[in-house]
Amino acid sequence: MADDATPIPSVTEAVVETSLVPETPVRKFNINFGPQHPAAHGVLRLVLELDGEIVERVDPHIGLLHRGTEKLMEYRTYLQNIPYLDRLDYVAPMNQEHAFCLAIEKLLGLEVPKRGSLIRVIFCEIGRVLNHLLNVTTQAMDVGALTPPLWGFEEREKLMVFYERASGARLHANFFRPGGVHQDLTESLIDDIDAWAKAFERPINDIDKLITGNRIFKQRNVDIGVVTKEQALAWGFSGVMVRGSGIAWDLRRSQPYECYDEFEFDIPLGLNGDCYDRYLCRMQEMRESVKIIRQAIAQLKKTPGPVLTEDNKVSPPRRGEMKKSMEALIHHFKLYTEGFHTPEGEVYAAVEAPKGEFGVFLVSNGTNKPYRVKLRAPGFPHLSAMDWMNRGHMLADVSAILGSLDIVFGEVDR
Amino acid sequence: MSWPVTDETFETLGQQILADGAGAFTDATVAFGELTLTGPADKAVEALTLLRDKFGFHQLIDLSGVDYPDRPLRFDVVYHLLSMTRNARLRFKVQTDEDTAVPTATGVFPCADWYERETFDMYGVFFSGHPDLRRILTDYGFHGHPLRKDFPMTGYVELRYDDELKRVVYEPVKSVEYRNWDFMSPWEGADYVLPGDEKAPQAGGPK
Repeated sequence: MADDATPIPSVTEAVVETSLVPETPVRKFNINFGPQHPAAHGVLRLVLELDGEIVERVDPHIGLLHRGTEKLMEYRTYLQNIPYLDRLDYVAPMNQEHAFCLAIEKLLGLEVPKRGSLIRVIFCEIGRVLNHLLNVTTQAMDVGALTPPLWGFEEREKLMVFYERASGARLHANFFRPGGVHQDLTESLIDDIDAWAKAFERPINDIDKLITGNRIFKQRNVDIGVVTKEQALAWGFSGVMVRGSGIAWDLRRSQPYECYDEFEFDIPLGLNGDCYDRYLCRMQEMRESVKIIRQAIAQLKKTPGPVLTEDNKVSPPRRGEMKKSMEALIHHFKLYTEGFHTPEGEVYAAVEAPKGEFGVFLVSNGTNKPYRVKLRAPGFPHLSAMDWMNRGHMLADVSAILGSLDIVFGEVDR
Repeated sequence: MSWPVTDETFETLGQQILADGAGAFTDATVAFGELTLTGPADKAVEALTLLRDKFGFHQLIDLSGVDYPDRPLRFDVVYHLLSMTRNARLRFKVQTDEDTAVPTATGVFPCADWYERETFDMYGVFFSGHPDLRRILTDYGFHGHPLRKDFPMTGYVELRYDDELKRVVYEPVKSVEYRNWDFMSPWEGADYVLPGDEKAPQAGGPK
């Protein structure tokens, strides 16, 4: 009888059966990252969809710093518009002014005197160092280190003093003009920039020693946020974001503007396209920038002359002239009320800003105000890639990736 | 290719594109050392695909709108493309109005996603087939399209914190209207009648 009885399930099998009962479904988390978050680098709201700690979807909500710069610029003359450009990427203001001035110069067919061009190069490279110092060190802060930003900001402070001594303002310089720069640099300022450039090797090596080999920094950045070459092209990346993926593309070299073709410098490239490679690129770019600054200063000392075009229909006369010449007085009055007119047409001018390609698309209808200005900020397409870059990463990697994208909301939101 | 690209190179390139892209392009012009192509809006995707696959313009650098309220098709949608292999840029323009949608470029260039959202937000241009055409830069619940020429620079509402309601409130703009000075010199062809100028041709004075 016992043989043909239906087998009684053993105790162990019963346990297995019950453990196969489906678990109660785990609810996915939706969390808000920002708009007030120290690692959001400004006002960014990320709506994250999390499965446990794995990021499944990122929806960046931007525009919290939208000031309508493009609209405002349509109602102001060209000279009145230059300060708005400072307020885009406020970490490296003069690089933005540069793009706008280049666009106007393209429309007007204006030549920049050699000395003005060299001063522009010096301050653009100072801007690059300013930007990369902030980015590299705050990226370290985003992954847990507190010392690097303190060291970086000490150097930034010195550079902002150079801004102040050249233009009178530490941040919003309003120094570049169509046709050159507003003021010549004093002899002592040139010497001080040179002295700073010579001494900069030490702080950059210190930061290098502090971060580059750091075990925690590497654990948080190596193989995080990998961008392939194809992705970098498809998503409209530029600047360090393409160079970190190994594409040799730098507008200073491939489409040289100003007098960048006269300088010797290298363009560092990454191999793996991850956050760590982008960090390494930025560190090396600072060293290259200092090289350019020193070459430009050596040339500047040999090239006396005007820093602003002598065409008084575009650039205001010097103060001293105004006291003596009626014509200069009229030019001054006309330029500061009506401003100059540009020929009708459309131009696009781009510079290699520290964050990538910053472009100005300028539509002119022949009046003294731009008909339309489109500011192409490098951070905008970079931030739009947040979704696919973060998928599958952990929550803690979001801030590391965001840090390596190098976002400043002044330019993303405009 | 060397930089800057000469006008001749651009002209030949423009002619090549016109010849290859039958129907997708209507015109190619070179001005200020830049190549501008125009085409019909409904063929925009074909045009961009051709430029990407055949002519090596792999990157969409920028996408923006421009408003010309006097035209029947008031909006321009402007694509800026970059080719790293040719080391050249070009601009591609299509025209549309408030109601006609432009086919989305997200299938060709994924980064067009946010650019199209921005253009929709700023001008109200529709993009058909776009996966997620929401506003992007303006406030939650914003009305209107701020970069249109008929939208006032000051906007319609301003925002302040109300201490009694303990929240931010929206109010109609009370501040003084921005004075948009007219700088056109009356001696150099301003096309309106100055008050009291009965001799002006428009006022019926002598020609």
